Amino acid sequence: MSGHKNSEFVAPLKTAKGHGSAHEGAEHWLQQKITALAQIPLVLWLIYSIIGLQGASYAEFTAWMGQPVNAILMIILISSVMLHAKLGAQVVVEDYISCGCLKMAKLIGMKIFFYGMAVACIFSVLKIAFIAGI
Amino acid sequence: MSEAKIQRPLSPHLQVYKLPLTALMSISHRITGVGLITGTLLVTAFLVAAASGESQYDYVMGLATSLPGKIVLFLWSAGLYFHMCNGVRHMFWDIGKNFKKTDANRSNYYVLIGAFTLTVLTWVTVCGRLAG
Ligand code: HEM
Repeated sequence: MSGHKNSEFVAPLKTAKGHGSAHEGAEHWLQQKITALAQIPLVLWLIYSIIGLQGASYAEFTAWMGQPVNAILMIILISSVMLHAKLGAQVVVEDYISCGCLKMAKLIGMKIFFYGMAVACIFSVLKIAFIAGI
Repeated sequence: MSEAKIQRPLSPHLQVYKLPLTALMSISHRITGVGLITGTLLVTAFLVAAASGESQYDYVMGLATSLPGKIVLFLWSAGLYFHMCNGVRHMFWDIGKNFKKTDANRSNYYVLIGAFTLTVLTWVTVCGRLAG
């Protein structure tokens, strides 16, 4: 951005804000990368945990979720994945659907879908964690 | 006129070009990304079932440990590892590293070997636990 050829015409504010010619997008890109980076250790932890929980009884599973560290990491992972997937799916829709009104409907529908899944997951994690050991 | 037509560079067209490995890897990132959304939907279903009660939990755990369930889990893990490794490569590209064609050709194999190794390690561990 700072290496812009016509930098004499570009106010420093433009660079500072990180906005491109479309005035948006940098934030989308950055969030996609931040969530991607955060997910690497979290996904490895999730797979490791799932291996340990194969065929676990209800009591064993709820006890696992009742551990604060597990419930907290689950909620962080869920939040990250839902944002990452929403941003990702948005790009896919934008690439393949050209009809403007249909695109808008899809984008709104997707937002509801991913935020809905996030709420369902987080509520479930909390409920399981809170009933553990009762 | 016809000469200009011949010399004009052709833009790649999916139906006539044999896709190089780099292109296959690129579209696979998108395919696994969308596939992983299905995986996330299944994780959500599992969590909601588990939060609903013991019998619902037993039902979904039964599905997850059945043979079809294991196949889905295998595909999920392989897709996730591929997407993760290729995602790391994407982030190297984003900071301007490994951008040359030869680098990209070489890192194709890093990604494939990484995803393959992680998948095998995971399932060897799973089988090891099931065996004893
Ligand atoms: C394991 C950690 C993960 C990493 C490191 C990762 C990395 C990335 C990166 C870097 C991109 C952007 C690619 C680009 O710039 O074009 C991306 C796109 C995407 N990711 Fe992930 N990802 C991860 C997990 C997931 C999960 C769990 C899901 C699904 C729930 C997902 C769904 C997607 C989708 C749908 C896209 C958009 C694909 C496209 O534009 O073609 N990712 N991922």
